[in-house]
Amino acid sequence: MIRALRERWRQGHRTMAYPAGAPVLPDRHLGRPALDPSRCLPDCHACAEACPTAAIDATAGLTLDLGRCLFCAACSQVCPRAAIAWTGDWRMATRSREALVVKDRELELAEALDARLRRLFGRSLKLRQVSAGGCNACEADVNVLSTIGWDIGRFGIQIVASPRHADGLLITGPVPENMRLGLEKTWQATPSPKLVIAVGACAIAGGPFAGHPEVTGGAAATVPVDLFIPGCPPHPATILDGLLRLLGRLSATDPVES
Amino acid sequence: MARVSLAELYNGGAVLLAEVPRLGWEDLRVAVGDEVAAGNRLAALAGRPVGDGIEVLAVLVRPEQGCLAAGRAVVGDRFASLTPGCPQAHWFERELAEGWGIVPEGHPWLKPIRFHRSYRPGHDAWGRADDAPILPSVTDFFRVDGEEVHEVAVGPVHAGVIEPGHFRFSCHGERVMHLEISLGYQHRGVERALVGGPDRRSVHLAETLAGDSSVAHATAFSQLVEGLSGCQAPPRAEIIRAVALELERLANHVGDLGALAGDVGYLPTLSFCGRLRGDILNLTAELCGNRFGRNLVRPGGVAFDLEPERVERLATRLGAAMRDVRGAVGMLFDSSSVMARLEGTGALSAAQAVELGLVGVAARACGLDRDVRAELPSGMYRFAQVPVSTWHTGDVFARAWVRWLEVQRSSQFIQDRLAAMPKGPTRVDCRPLAGGSLAVSLVEGWRGEVCHLAITEPAGRFASYKVVDPSFHNWMGLALALREQQISDFPLCNKSFNLSYCGHDL
Ligand code: SF4
Repeated sequence: MIRALRERWRQGHRTMAYPAGAPVLPDRHLGRPALDPSRCLPDCHACAEACPTAAIDATAGLTLDLGRCLFCAACSQVCPRAAIAWTGDWRMATRSREALVVKDRELELAEALDARLRRLFGRSLKLRQVSAGGCNACEADVNVLSTIGWDIGRFGIQIVASPRHADGLLITGPVPENMRLGLEKTWQATPSPKLVIAVGACAIAGGPFAGHPEVTGGAAATVPVDLFIPGCPPHPATILDGLLRLLGRLSATDPVES
Repeated sequence: MARVSLAELYNGGAVLLAEVPRLGWEDLRVAVGDEVAAGNRLAALAGRPVGDGIEVLAVLVRPEQGCLAAGRAVVGDRFASLTPGCPQAHWFERELAEGWGIVPEGHPWLKPIRFHRSYRPGHDAWGRADDAPILPSVTDFFRVDGEEVHEVAVGPVHAGVIEPGHFRFSCHGERVMHLEISLGYQHRGVERALVGGPDRRSVHLAETLAGDSSVAHATAFSQLVEGLSGCQAPPRAEIIRAVALELERLANHVGDLGALAGDVGYLPTLSFCGRLRGDILNLTAELCGNRFGRNLVRPGGVAFDLEPERVERLATRLGAAMRDVRGAVGMLFDSSSVMARLEGTGALSAAQAVELGLVGVAARACGLDRDVRAELPSGMYRFAQVPVSTWHTGDVFARAWVRWLEVQRSSQFIQDRLAAMPKGPTRVDCRPLAGGSLAVSLVEGWRGEVCHLAITEPAGRFASYKVVDPSFHNWMGLALALREQQISDFPLCNKSFNLSYCGHDL
């Protein structure tokens, strides 16, 4: 016991300041991409040809679908004109699938729930996590939010053991055919009103498995999705930012917003 | 020893397929049995269609010789099962039956393992029609009969943030008489998608085969491509790969030690290790920007170099994290109430481990010194060795203790490598792949041996691609470890193996 206390004292308090300050991200971290189509050479499709998941369309202008993106930077590496750059910005969650298609330097981030749902979930959100073909990296970076370093409990967010206890589902993975029924039943077992959050390229658009006949290509083919959090896997800060934004817990005056 | 000779090959090297002897099935079956009886183990059993039969390729690890052995045989719709004399083939033969619609006759428990349609329309090992629905876990389960026997079914969706799988326990009161594990919910068709490659998606499929083993699988894939193209990653790249692989081991082992502490209600270690695992993932992100090492390992080398300041930063931060890990884990092993829960729980014998063909931590915790880094070293491990960590009790304690030994040895290994980085390039261009060849590549991931195998068609494309995640060898070990245990010890036993669902389901 004394030893546990001594170790606790030595290791100290380690919950991060976020959202009172920006999260600490490595310098090589790839955040939201910023596009500058005006730099494109005529008839150049080098980026689109390099992309492993067909996230880029360079036929008319230049667009990058964050929902499909694996953040591998294959596109920016082949671009002769630096038309695609990576900002370190971790904030990327959106409320609609279309909003994930980046055309320039902007991204329309997720709006908060309406007043009624915010009253219900704003200060207490219980989520059931469903891994449906997830590779365990998205799952791990969701799990990490419950550790002392991130401590999502301080926002009233908790991952619970049963869909019956949940206000919504947090789904990872491309939803293999073999998990479709499991996902559907878990959704049905969750009482209404309920939220669905798709975390990662797989849950949004099939990720690296898009187009395989063994998968259904993401959560939206089976259940309606309220929040899309891109990445492969999304950084925990990206996931947390999305959740807080959805709950209306981040405002323009928060330090991370200014 | 074997009556017939098999082809020898080296980890990561390629041979012409024509040099791999094509035997009759009976000869191959006897040869594999003899190899296994002599202390070698089955690394892979892979099928591919040739003509109107299926060619089965067997690859064995010969640890004493430090090499692999391969042989092949074409079988028709039915063939004599290897499993009765060689239990470690049992899961592989179920996989062959499911994939290619061929029946290993005499297999003691022939059932699907992933619940997908056979790759050959019109051929189904269970005689199902081409359009018959196939649902996961809809199959016969082993049944224990008796008035007081009851069954407990768990999953596919579990209570924690983990992947889906179905567990069915036959119990008498609290006592588990048998556990049957039924997987396949994570099946994403990765092997099939790799055929025709390598292409721009292949390496991403390798990295996401099992996301917590991204570096191990990407390294196995890259080594395989390098072997087939006759190129070699430069020494500096080999070091960066080894650093990333050992960081992956550290992160997962530290996380597992914390989770084991959590499963017996010892919360201080759970809390510390949860954070420390993240600290180590952040070190991997220092290498390449991604906490799981995505986008780092590529055929021909690595995609990122490390400047001197970065190397220094890594060494300092790893040192600091390890100080905290020592504090957090030391407490765990010094607490007698924790030890009382870990010792003697979920034990397997060395003989069981050999029979089942267990690999990795689970095998070393039974006293077997199986470790690809020492047996078939490739990359940096040819020049610098990590001592193999074993313990002999085969229980949850042993699996925890082996992890702790490995944490200490891997962190030392990383520090030594960082202190002596050779100068030079970090990547070379890979030439086109050799046609008509076979290559096998093994990497000791944190769970155990990751095996990738490919056969190329004449133009150098993958004609067939096989992945064997260590979990594939080890799931049956978990099932047996549960026998005669309390059902309430399942989470603890499960965590002590911590196997991959998607790595198994592919
Ligand atoms: S999005 Fe990427 S990290 Fe997440 S489950 Fe899919 S492959 Fe894994």
